[in-house]
Amino acid sequence: MSMRKWWPTLVLALLVVGSAFPLYWAVLASFTPEARLFQAPSLLPRELVLEHYRALFTERNFWIPIRNSLIVAGTTTAFCVTIGALCAYALARLQFRGKVVLLGFILAVGMFPQISVVSPLYLLLRSLHLINTYPGLVLPYLTFAMPLTVWLMVGFFRQLPAELEEAAMVDGASRFRAFREVIIPLALPGIATTAILTFVYSWNEFLFALSFTLGPDRQTVPVAIALFRGMYQVPWGQILAATVVATAPVTLLVLAFQRRIVQGLTAGAVKG
Amino acid sequence: MLGADRRSGIEQQEARLAWRLILPAFVTILLVALFPLLWTLWESLHLHDLRMPWLGKPFIGGDNYIEAFRDPRFWSSLGHTGFFAVTSVGLELIIGLGLALALNRAFRGRGLVRAAVLIPWAIPTVVSALLWRFMFEGESGIVNTVLVSLGVLREPVVWFIQPVAAWVPVILADVWKTTPFVALLLLAGLQNIDASLYEAARIDGASAWRQFRHVTLPLLKPAILVALIFRTLDAFRVFDLIYALTGGGPGTSTEPIALYTFNALLQNLQFGYGSALSIIVFVVTFSLAILYIRFLGAELTGAKR
Amino acid sequence: MALVRLEGVGKTYPNGHVAAKGLDLEIRDGEFMVLVGPSGCGKSTALRMIAGLETPTVGRILIGDKDVTALPPQERDIAMVFQTYALYPHMTVRQNLAFGLRMRGAAQDVIDRRVDEAARALALEPVMARKPAQLSGGQRQRVALGRAIVREPKVFLFDEPLSNLDAKLRVETRAELARLHRRLAATVVYVTHDQEEAMTLGSRVAVMRDGFLQQVAPPMELYRRPANLFVAGFVGSPGMNFLPGEVMPAATRKVGATLGIRPHDVAIVPRGAGDLDAWVDVVEPRGSELLVYLRLGTSGDGPELRVVAPPEPAIEAEQVVAVRFDQGRLHWFEGESGKRVG
Repeated sequence: MSMRKWWPTLVLALLVVGSAFPLYWAVLASFTPEARLFQAPSLLPRELVLEHYRALFTERNFWIPIRNSLIVAGTTTAFCVTIGALCAYALARLQFRGKVVLLGFILAVGMFPQISVVSPLYLLLRSLHLINTYPGLVLPYLTFAMPLTVWLMVGFFRQLPAELEEAAMVDGASRFRAFREVIIPLALPGIATTAILTFVYSWNEFLFALSFTLGPDRQTVPVAIALFRGMYQVPWGQILAATVVATAPVTLLVLAFQRRIVQGLTAGAVKG
Repeated sequence: MLGADRRSGIEQQEARLAWRLILPAFVTILLVALFPLLWTLWESLHLHDLRMPWLGKPFIGGDNYIEAFRDPRFWSSLGHTGFFAVTSVGLELIIGLGLALALNRAFRGRGLVRAAVLIPWAIPTVVSALLWRFMFEGESGIVNTVLVSLGVLREPVVWFIQPVAAWVPVILADVWKTTPFVALLLLAGLQNIDASLYEAARIDGASAWRQFRHVTLPLLKPAILVALIFRTLDAFRVFDLIYALTGGGPGTSTEPIALYTFNALLQNLQFGYGSALSIIVFVVTFSLAILYIRFLGAELTGAKR
Repeated sequence: MALVRLEGVGKTYPNGHVAAKGLDLEIRDGEFMVLVGPSGCGKSTALRMIAGLETPTVGRILIGDKDVTALPPQERDIAMVFQTYALYPHMTVRQNLAFGLRMRGAAQDVIDRRVDEAARALALEPVMARKPAQLSGGQRQRVALGRAIVREPKVFLFDEPLSNLDAKLRVETRAELARLHRRLAATVVYVTHDQEEAMTLGSRVAVMRDGFLQQVAPPMELYRRPANLFVAGFVGSPGMNFLPGEVMPAATRKVGATLGIRPHDVAIVPRGAGDLDAWVDVVEPRGSELLVYLRLGTSGDGPELRVVAPPEPAIEAEQVVAVRFDQGRLHWFEGESGKRVG
């Protein structure tokens, strides 16, 4: 009987430790002087310095990749959530022929391996002179962000009571007005969750950002970190400081909205 | 006559509005996804090497594909991908299931655990790759230090120089990052199982293990399948993690198919050949997806009745 | 003057399912018309077509004198109370009530006046600032009603509005609805599957089955002169007894027909004093009456007969008695079509 009670807690404790340890270790290392990083590592901090963070923002101008990521992820999210909401509403609540096919098509596109569209996108962007620009990243990001937002929001719209639009129409609202005044306010939590998830995926994207940017002035955070180069050796201190900075915003988002995020992830997936 | 009349009643209104709402998203998707894919297909049928522009872009039919099937590096990268997929997805399912079961029972600290578990999922893959690289790096990375001091290793292993050892941090990093997602999916599935089924089984005298086998597992099948689909497809497309963790090395011993394609395209500038590889990746991924969906579709509709 | 008219209305879905066929119905100004029938009979479809939420595949619908068949719901002057009420969850009661008028661009003072009137009539004043989630079932129902009343439409449509209420509340609300109808002198089309509701509320009742209209008549006429077997069995509780025509003596029987007789129109009498002998199977005392289940004949395996008898004299099970039919209340139905023949 007693075994039953404590094994879940033990497992969870292990889980929390396991999840947190690499992060803790990185944070710790980011405050450790470079010279000490690979000597006699200890679990508790011995000496704390800010040299990595300072170098990060002064020498490497880490503000720039952060700015780039914010702009690209933000624009992608804003665009996809608005256009996607309209599309998702139609798929979830309106009757028309070809609905199932369309939904399947959108889902299928979401499963495209990114690598399979990299080269033509590259050639396309190059001919439009969009390599190493903001639009040159947002456009490719739509490949995965659009299906994602549509898929998630279809799930959320479906959850709303069926007769709301009918009641609104009988009351005198046009379909679109019913959508605006009744459906949207009720779907806002779901739309917010979709926005958060889309932002996270866009922020974390790597392959397209790697392929379609040329230099530090347009690289996003993941690319900037992956391409850190030191003069003589890999600058682990700065890299880890950068990872801490890179993960701070998403970590905050997750902590603030964890319930919503879990709902979004599981609802979209489990409902199939 | 009257019956076949298409009036502008509410159903027509609805359909018209629907298409107007869908159009922007649909056109966007067509432009940025379908069109490039078709272009890739087209490219794959041509010789197109950007390093040798004087050769032009002649149509060569399926020659790129034949070259791929004769290319040992192609097959080994495919093998790496398969190995990676099977190992990491397998581990994620087992560990994720255990976590989900534990989370299902625990009453306290759910919020904390959920947060702790989501953060690995939320950070960029390359970042998590670097974290793990750091832990396995050199002779005095934390992993070596701990393993040597515990006596598991006699001397520190230089992980990234050895073809087999290099897989360890790769698999670990992937499991660390995505098991939370699997656990959450399975947890949602667990919570959908009616508690009274367990009570009935208990009354019938079933032990905990038998309850698990005969109540939990069958009812969890849809969730497990969904997790399997998403994770396998993701594992087959793995790129970020390995690029940042081992770069495909040592040599090409951890190179997955997506990384090989990337190298062919954007480093060797062999657009024709690279496109053929891209298409192969696409076909493999898509076939898996369809297989799963058929499986899952049968499960879901079967389970619903 | 007919306010709502259905002419030859039918609805066939793309998958081939025929929900309604050949509906010819007139609903007069100020009438309370009830559409009743078992589930799947097409009554809800008919209502939704009047509302404009579905378009008929054949036929016309007129409201007032206007052909509204092709018009969307917004352009018909109707209000509807849904089975699930469909209140707007994110709006207060006041906003819910005002929504319709706001959509039609009414002036604010008109909106306020009508909303306040409706709130008073439905005793909703104390909850005007609350949201639907904070209301009881009965209150929500009244908000749904209020939303319709505020609009002052030509026709009120009700889609099984009482089925989500518990039994006691249902009876109370039924009376409320009747009162409201009288006061507003409104034209109502009301859908229900409960024949008791139909009989008590309707000024005329339309019985439907499998998409067809079976009979349209005032309640008492449905009760006394049902047009066919189905209507006879559907209306009235406990339901009508159906016996093969042969049980009656040759003089009164009609060949090849089924005899219908209501439980209230049969008396239990001592043997020898009645038309037929019967074996008492089960007796259910119901306070003001007895519900007696009998089997015709003396052996206990003849056709079943249900009789409502006065509480005195007591009737005992497992004995043979006689039954006497009220000759003026016999119903004869033709064998195949079930139509009334006498």
